[in-house]
Amino acid sequence: MKVAVLKGGASLERTVSLRSGARVEDALARLGHDVLAIDVGPDLVDRLQAERPDVAFVALHGRGGEDGTVQELLELVGVPYTASRPGACIRCMDKVVAKHLLRDAGIPTPDFYAFSQAAFRELGAAKALPAIEERLDFPIVVKPAGQGSALGIKFARTAADVPNALVSAFSYDSKVLLERYVPGRDLAVSVIESVAGPQALPVVEAIPVEEDFYDFEARYEIGRTRFVCPADLPAAVTARAQELAVATWNTLGCSGFARVDLMADGDELTVLEANAIPGLTDTSLLPLAAEAAGIGFDDFVARVLELAVQRAPTSL
Amino acid sequence: MTIDETPSGRPPSSAHEIERYGGLFAKRTRGMTSSAMRDMMAVTARPEVISLATGLPDTTTFPAEDFAWLMSRVAVDSSAAALQYGPTDGLDDVRRCIVEVMAAEGTEVEIDDLMVTTGGQQVIDLVCRAFLDPGDVVVAEAPTYPGAVPCFNSFQAQVAQIEMDEHGMRIDVLEETLARLKREGRTPKFIYTIPNFQNPGGVTMSEERRRALVRIAAEQELVILEDNPYGLLRYEGDPLPTLYSLDGGRYVIYLGTFSKILSAGLRLGWAAAPKPILERLNLGKQAADLCSSPLNQYFVSAYFQHRDWRTYLKQLRSIYRRRRDVMFAAMEEFFPAETTWTEPQGGLFLWAKLPDYIDTTDLLARALRENVAFVPGRAAYLDGRGGSEMRLNFSGVNEEEIREGIRRIGKVIAEQVALYGTLTGMEPAPKRGTADVVEFRRREAS
Repeated sequence: MKVAVLKGGASLERTVSLRSGARVEDALARLGHDVLAIDVGPDLVDRLQAERPDVAFVALHGRGGEDGTVQELLELVGVPYTASRPGACIRCMDKVVAKHLLRDAGIPTPDFYAFSQAAFRELGAAKALPAIEERLDFPIVVKPAGQGSALGIKFARTAADVPNALVSAFSYDSKVLLERYVPGRDLAVSVIESVAGPQALPVVEAIPVEEDFYDFEARYEIGRTRFVCPADLPAAVTARAQELAVATWNTLGCSGFARVDLMADGDELTVLEANAIPGLTDTSLLPLAAEAAGIGFDDFVARVLELAVQRAPTSL
Repeated sequence: MTIDETPSGRPPSSAHEIERYGGLFAKRTRGMTSSAMRDMMAVTARPEVISLATGLPDTTTFPAEDFAWLMSRVAVDSSAAALQYGPTDGLDDVRRCIVEVMAAEGTEVEIDDLMVTTGGQQVIDLVCRAFLDPGDVVVAEAPTYPGAVPCFNSFQAQVAQIEMDEHGMRIDVLEETLARLKREGRTPKFIYTIPNFQNPGGVTMSEERRRALVRIAAEQELVILEDNPYGLLRYEGDPLPTLYSLDGGRYVIYLGTFSKILSAGLRLGWAAAPKPILERLNLGKQAADLCSSPLNQYFVSAYFQHRDWRTYLKQLRSIYRRRRDVMFAAMEEFFPAETTWTEPQGGLFLWAKLPDYIDTTDLLARALRENVAFVPGRAAYLDGRGGSEMRLNFSGVNEEEIREGIRRIGKVIAEQVALYGTLTGMEPAPKRGTADVVEFRRREAS
């Protein structure tokens, strides 16, 4: 088959995406496919229409590639593609939408309040901050609604930190959320679709090497965080984490593959977010969890591709 | 069991670390992290982005026909030698060119005191290699050259960063720091400084401080690494003596480069140092790369023989001076009153300080959506400071783009200043005096 690998783009996660894409290309070549690598840009639609690939593997992360934009274009051009459809991408990428859906579905997620920049500018939302601060307790986590990586996530330890944290978060998105800080262990459960439905992979735990719980960047830096799989958890907690990951997948309507991030405070689990296109690099969590479950990277790519081909794009 | 017999196709029985090769990497690579900020910098390389982030000299100013002619000369005159390995210390002809370049800054040096290196960057690496054991202390300026940070990290150095004001590194703070280190039983191995048009601070060390620094080094038997890539790019004011010339070549290692006066693509720089140090650097260079490209060295030699390097330098100075002035004017026009910046008399960079509620790493994400980039201040510190500061380069893009780039950055800063005002219900006051790093000239009311 002629497979287009969409990677790169203008998102802040361009570098990771290029690495994910390169790895997928290698796997596709080993599987005997005709690989067409596309660093997505203004010529994307032209190239897809000119090259007419049989299917597209979307290895994009962040804005543009993971938020439903590229998926919508692929639907329009009529090229089948991997992973979630536009609706699920939008629901995953927008943490505010995702958390509302999770809460409505009874899936535990840390308490939160969300605001747009307009709410502050036009509706005097700043006046509501003290009430929010009282309800959430400090520290409060301030996040941009639509940023895939750890960029822009800030901890406000006191009320004085909140405006600075909001200014930072609004650098990434016009919508932000203030979330109750949940202490505990950082878990990630990857989910892959199978004939029998979504299959949760072994749980990965991210353990910071340096014990600074507030340094979000450190948590995701190679060399400053250790990743352990399967995570050393009581069997019941593992089962519950996997169950919540599948429930999150179903609630947000994911397909193909995805990753759900959770916190474990003792035995109590909460879902932080879902990633519609998690990293697929050598050090990314999903491929490593798949490997721990006995699914090699080539098998993973083959399986995801097959699902994409079977799912015909909806015609408008 | 052999490596090929690693279990596959079934999950391991117990928890294990899943970072591939994780157990094999050396401990010193722990400090060499891949950060989200660096990933973000990858986006700045896209063609639609006006990058005021890089420190690129403008190579479009070098006539292509000269390049072609000189390379032909190299091919005709020195083909076999240019294609061969060369001496580790560099070609004598090139070292004679270096003597000439250093003389232009009033510094006398013999060719035996010189070693040609693969860019000035290699001198930093070789000095670290020769002097640093894990945990050793290096003294540097605050902020310091972002490109030196990974070097210091990879040799597991502890870096004491000394504040600067408009006269460069503060000698009083340096003396306090040295005394404190002494009390703790620690001796710094070397003091790293960029005395002229400091990267990234844009300030120049005064002559008085230069003399004081050299005196302290001699008294306390400390080595100074004088990094001087920009000394010849002075646009106004009188040149100041190099630390190397003031010290008489006893405690100073001098780092020079052809990158800013000829071409960065040649990757040729040099070290001038006391003999025993030069010998150690030579050993390190043998391990690193045996020698710097003879082909490129022959090009330099031909260039100095057949062209007037001073004429080209003069041309570069006039281009960069105009670009600097365009940047100053644009900042006066577009940057909010809460912002301050240094006004370098030369070099390629200025350093701006924003209100402390603006995080320039996050601001970069916003700026990239406007297709403009700068270097966030944290890149120039090893201790997490610099969060509200930024480095701006005025040599790499043309005047029109500088103005447009500054307009866009000014716009996103103004947006954040306004947002902060909305959130706090008060006009944020300019934070004068909190600039413990560089004393910034206050923007004049316009």
